[in-house]
Amino acid sequence: MWLVIGMEMMTFGLLFVAFALARSREPALFARGQATLDLHTGAFNTALLLTGSWCVARGVHALRAGRVAAGARWTWAGAACGLVFIGTKSVEYAGKFATGVGLSTDTFHTFYFLLTGFHFLHVAAAVVILAAIAWLAPRRGWGAHDAHAPETAAAFWHMVDLLWVVLFPLVYVLRG
Amino acid sequence: MKPIALDRLWLALLAATAVTWLLGEAGWVDAAHAWPVLLVFGLALAKGLIIALDFLELRHAPAVWRRFIVGWLVVTLGAILTLHFAA
Repeated sequence: MWLVIGMEMMTFGLLFVAFALARSREPALFARGQATLDLHTGAFNTALLLTGSWCVARGVHALRAGRVAAGARWTWAGAACGLVFIGTKSVEYAGKFATGVGLSTDTFHTFYFLLTGFHFLHVAAAVVILAAIAWLAPRRGWGAHDAHAPETAAAFWHMVDLLWVVLFPLVYVLRG
Repeated sequence: MKPIALDRLWLALLAATAVTWLLGEAGWVDAAHAWPVLLVFGLALAKGLIIALDFLELRHAPAVWRRFIVGWLVVTLGAILTLHFAA
């Protein structure tokens, strides 16, 4: 999993820097594009992912302590945060598509959809992984002696959150 | 880390996000305002470190992964800021 996390972070890191470079070359275009983004939605999604990370961290802590039911509830809560994020993002995309913009509209929108779409897919995968862990928790007897699977799932989720922590200020907040 | 400590860190993360949101709403995170930009990205670094070191527990992990994640945060955010201020 750590190799996967490492590769994903390198890929996103390059995309983030490429976005910043493209914005420095076409500031007016990016300003127009960013002006169409909803900062409130971006901030709400940030709070969702951070809350998801909190839930996941609490879930791992509970599972390690042998508190299986609590660990499962916290992990389900983390997955739910991811699910709400997916819903919010889907509404955001629907709004974009309704105005006729898409991946090939201009450089800004190409980067916007690549960055956030790629991240969206990672959130979806993380939700599935967390849901699997929450469902398996009562059946697998994880505890202090073995919490490898929950910890691995948590690591993937935290990576997804870490990426958004950079993406949010870069795409939604910072203007040229 | 004890649950209460995780809870406090979560609240700190939300507070940092609120500050970023407010500065963005005020229209201060742009080329005309240096300190709000530095503050927003400083908060992003702080949030990333909390997630990496405390939620992801890299504080107690082998140094190689802690250095990779922290290094990634510093280099990525640094590159973004460099490109912003150089533009």
